[in-house]
This record gives sequence, structure tokens and C-alpha cells, in this order.
Amino acid sequence: MQITSQTFKANTVKALADVDLQRALKHVEKGFIGKRQKAADALPEFEALRDSAMAIKQHTLKHLDLYIEAYVAKVEASGGKVHFAEDADHARRIFLDIARRRKAKTVTKGKTMISEEIGLNAFLEENGITPVETDLGEYIIQLRGEHPSHIIAPAVHINRDQVEADFRRFHVDLDPKRDLLKPETLLSEARQILRQKYGEADIGVTGANFLIAETGTSVIVTNEGNGDLTQLLGKCHVVLASIEKIVPTLEDTAQILRVLARSATGQEMSVYTTLSTGPKRPDDQDGPEEYHVVLLDNGRSNMLGTEFEDMLRCIRCGACMNHCPVYHAVGGHSYGWVYPGPMGAVLTPSLIGVDKAGHLPNASTFCGRCEAVCPMRIPLPKMMRHWREKEFESHLQPATARAGLGLWAYFARRPKLYRAAVSFAMPALKLLAGPKRRFRKLPLAGGWTKWRDLPAPEGRTFMQAYAQSGHGHMRSGGRETAR
Amino acid sequence: MSGSTRDAVMGRIRRAVGANPANDAERRAVVAARLGAAPAGIVPKRGQLPPGERLDLFVAMAEKADATVTRLTCYDAVPDEVAGYLRERNLPAAIRMGRDPRLAGLDFSATALTVTTGPSDGDDLSSLSHAAAGIAETGTLFLTSGPDNPTSLNFLPEYHLVVLDAADVVGDMEAALAQLRERHGKGVMPRSVNFVTGPSRSADIEQTLLLGAHGPRSLHILVVGDLV
Repeated sequence: MQITSQTFKANTVKALADVDLQRALKHVEKGFIGKRQKAADALPEFEALRDSAMAIKQHTLKHLDLYIEAYVAKVEASGGKVHFAEDADHARRIFLDIARRRKAKTVTKGKTMISEEIGLNAFLEENGITPVETDLGEYIIQLRGEHPSHIIAPAVHINRDQVEADFRRFHVDLDPKRDLLKPETLLSEARQILRQKYGEADIGVTGANFLIAETGTSVIVTNEGNGDLTQLLGKCHVVLASIEKIVPTLEDTAQILRVLARSATGQEMSVYTTLSTGPKRPDDQDGPEEYHVVLLDNGRSNMLGTEFEDMLRCIRCGACMNHCPVYHAVGGHSYGWVYPGPMGAVLTPSLIGVDKAGHLPNASTFCGRCEAVCPMRIPLPKMMRHWREKEFESHLQPATARAGLGLWAYFARRPKLYRAAVSFAMPALKLLAGPKRRFRKLPLAGGWTKWRDLPAPEGRTFMQAYAQSGHGHMRSGGRETAR
Repeated sequence: MSGSTRDAVMGRIRRAVGANPANDAERRAVVAARLGAAPAGIVPKRGQLPPGERLDLFVAMAEKADATVTRLTCYDAVPDEVAGYLRERNLPAAIRMGRDPRLAGLDFSATALTVTTGPSDGDDLSSLSHAAAGIAETGTLFLTSGPDNPTSLNFLPEYHLVVLDAADVVGDMEAALAQLRERHGKGVMPRSVNFVTGPSRSADIEQTLLLGAHGPRSLHILVVGDLV
């Protein structure tokens, strides 16, 4: 997929002017936030479970080499095969080898973000293999030739009437006069069409929410049952997963499951949690003949042991983007690659480079809601700040921004000078602004005033106002007295 | 190819986590202990109830997840309940089921049902499974695959009927996992284990929740017997 994270600013301008997108994005704020809160409130142990889930992943990451070893041994013992993939290209080649050997023509797919990360669909088409997305949202965007705009609600940027138009455009064998006004009818039409695809598929591809070291098991969590049918009815099941999906035991999986659905959709439990271990057994009546796991690194091992290690705890619930005011305003496609929202702002620079994705960690108000709701307690704002520092250190920002920051830093390091300067500047700005008390344009702040007016200062500095309010025990110098 | 990649990836991980010959034995002992003991962590109090209340919680939670639940005194009542369920919904009098001995022993001869056994090819409207356990905490069914319980019966038909022995209703996921280990052995899994909580659904169109996506539109649970 074409990366457009470099043009994040231009992407957002387009997104803000997109009427359909803005209509669709209203559902994110309305739908997800209240449901999560209700589910969290209904379980007294929810906060303790977040701590427990975080501790499990921390422990696993510290011993990741050994848990991967144990996992691989168990998969092999159950008759499956694990393929290590260095990067996207390598993962695609491994997949093609399996597909060629099985003479595959059709591949059904449950929801997998790793497939998006490695650009599997386009690659399969280039090689004469037809990928069929089976998750309703993924199916809709595949028809439209788009990519997911959300990690758990891939078509959240599309409205019902747009889906109706797409179905009429593509399902040309059906009666053109049929009634598609209700979402229910759209859903059953997709169900009918996809139904026959499952059994015809030479390979069923899924992602994995967890890989369990104790048993060599892959776990998927779905509501539709599409991923479950995909891995059950395809003649060969290929799991695409990254190395940080490993958890030690079944019990550890249960701990994290308890925070996953509640944080994602506000359900107590998603409808289907399916654990798959190896291929069909000799006396089984159904199941795939082969079971493969493509275990992808793609830059993750380089995050281990760094300030970005915490990001590897992410369980892809989507809570951070569901609660992000920036995501609510600009949607997922603006972020320009696979992972949007706060988790994308941290992960994307790690995986494709801060030179390409440097804008993303800047796209935050630092309101802190993402960290407040993250079930794995990932300090997302702190890590965005790390990226901002790295962006500054590697001179990736425009010269004016660097000069501005340098000037500010000069004053900020000299408190007396800083206070003198601001107590001069505040009344001066008030005077300059005139009776309207706002600036429509300011030199060096064009990026700000292009979109809104800058309100003029009231005339006093915060420290002056605070000292005069009587609440603070300040000396004239403004320094806080000993308590 | 994969062998050398495996070495490269594992080498980077070992360096990053600070693995070295000096701490190798200690790290391995920590991992082996965790895999062996499988500690339970935080188990919600919600499911930790005396048997009768536990069963009530299971029913309430399953209904909250849009399943329907019926209580039967004994297995002999199952055929009539299945026939009645299909009749009320004007569904064809046909049911597909596995060879689970608890189902195979049922006498359907007094009903008008056509009963067939084996996995589903996608044309069956209704299926009957037997659950390994029910989890009261969330109203979740716990189903395991095997020669007697084909997984396709859980997903392909539109109406999924599941028999659950009241004695198999446990409080929480951990209890179901302990039961699984007891039946299959530590570290050994059936090919497929399904936690099922209500009928399938999607909210992919404008976040409007709709029942009946790719899996069953309706999930009907037949709880048999009482907890002793």
C-alpha cells in the first residue's frame, strides 16, 4: 500500500472537507466511548485486570526468546509449521511458496492487520491469486479498493447509503430493484455472497490476537464468525501474526481477553473466541489439512529494550483511537498507513521510519485520553514525545520551527529573563490586538492563524494573575515559597 | 531460508532482552515455572457463586448476549424441545448433529424431525451441539472439537441449538480451562476450542448492531438437569 504519512497535513485538510467522512466519523464518538465505560464500570476488577494484563505482557517481552521457542515446539508437535519472516517482502514470499505448492487460486481472509502491514492482497492479485475478505467491513472496503480506516471497524469511514451504492455496483447478478434500505438487508446480501466462498477457498488466512506458548495455539476474536469459518473451511489455514502476540499460558490469555472486548466494543466477551491448534486430526470430521504460522518481525525486535518497548504490549483493541479527538476529526486514512490514531502515531514511525511518519506523533493534543483508556496502560503520549524529540534531533522539522523552538528554549532556560520578557510581551500584545482582542494574522504563526484567530492575552502573565489572586503564596519574584 | 531468519530474529531478541550464558539457566527456570504452573491471575468474583446462583447467572448473562435459554429436567426432554423450537419458527423439521454419545442416545422417534449426523456442508438450517462447559461469568458456551463434535455445526447453520449439562456450568474461564486440562492433558488441546457468547453479529455499517452475520442468527441453549 502506498504510504502517505508524509503528507499527513494535506491528508487532514482533505479529510476535514470530506462531508461523507465527517458524517461517518460521528458514529465513532457516539458508538464506542459510552459502551466501553459501561462495560468497565460493570466489572469491579477491571482496573486490577488491566494491571494484570500489562504485567503478563511485560513478563513475556522480557522472556520473549524463550516463549517463542516453547511456542514453536508446541506448534510443531501438533503438526503445524512456523515460518519466521524478517520483513513484509519475506512474509509475502513465504505465503506465495505455500500458495504455489497448494496450487491455490482463491484465498479467503478473516480480519488481519498483518496482512495490511505486508500488503498481501495486492501482492496476491499480482500473482494471479484472488483474495476474498470475509469480515463485513473488510469486504466493503475491498469492493471500494480502499484500506481499513480503523483497526477493529475497518469501514467506519463509510455510510450506509455508500455501502448500498457499492453493493448495487458490484452485485450485478442480483435484482437491481431490490430493497437495500435497511442495514440488515445489506448484511444478509454480503452473507449470501460470502457463504459460498469459504468452502471454495484453497487457503484460509487469519490474523491472531494471541499465540499461546503453553499449547502452540493461535487465538482469534470475532463477532461475525467470519474468521472462524475462514480457518475452518479453507483447505489450508495460514495464520499471519507478529512476534509480540505471544502469551505464556491459557490463563494469561483469559486475563487479557477480559480487558480486550470491554475496551474495544464494550462487550463482556466478543461472540467468538476461537483457539486453533494444528491441522485436522486423523479422526476429525472437519478442519484444515495444513496449519501454518507466518511469524513476522518487521522491525519489532528492534523496539525491544528501547523506550518504545511498551508499544509491543498493544492488543489492537482500538480504544485509543475511539477516544482520540484528532482521530474523531480526521479519521484513520489521514494517518497514511495501516495503523491510525494514537497507537499508529507511535507504532508507524517505529515500523516505517520517523522520516516518513514524523507528522503522526505531532498529531496529538496530549489530552491523555488514549493512555487513560489503554487496557495495557501503554504510555502513548510519552512515546509520542520521544518521537518528537527524535524528529528534532534528526533535524527533520522545517528551519522556522527549529529556530522558533531554539529561541523559546533560550528563554525557557533563563527563568528571570523569561519572566521579564513575558511581562513585557503580554501587555504589548494586548495593545497590538486592538479592540477586537484577537489576531487574524501573526508573523511566524501562520500555521496557527490560517485556521483560527489567536485570542489576545489579557495583559497580565499567569504568574502575575496567580500572585494577585491571593491563592498562591508567591514572592514578588514569582518563585514558589517553601510549603 | 526460514532457519537463518529464525536465528537472526531470535539473536536480536536475545540481545535486546539481555539474555546471556550467565543468566540462561535462571531465565529458563522462570519460563518453565510459569508454563508449568499457569497461574490464574485476577479472577472476577462475579462467577464465584454457589451452584444454583451460578446457573442463574449463566442464564442471565447468556440472555444479555441475545441467546435464548431453556431449562430441561432431563435429556429425554431434549427431542421435544428441539422439535418445538423449530416448529415455532416455521423452520423445516430437520436437524444436523454430531455423534456425541449424550446426543446419540436421544430418542427422536416421537418427533417428526429428520435427524442427520456429521459436519455441516452449509445447507443445514439448524444444528444441535453439545457444549463441554458453560461459563457463568459471561454466559459463554465452551465447545471443543473432535470426532463427535464437528466445529462446522457451530458456525454454518442459521439456528444453533446447544445442549449444556447443568453440572458443566462453571463460574469463570479459569474453571473451564482447568476442566479442559483434566480431559485432554496439560498442554494438549483439541484442534478447535470455541468460546461462544450469543449469536453472531456485526456493527460494521454505521456502528448499528445487527444479529446474524456469518455465523448463526440465533443461539438457543438447552440446559439439562440441576446442579447438585
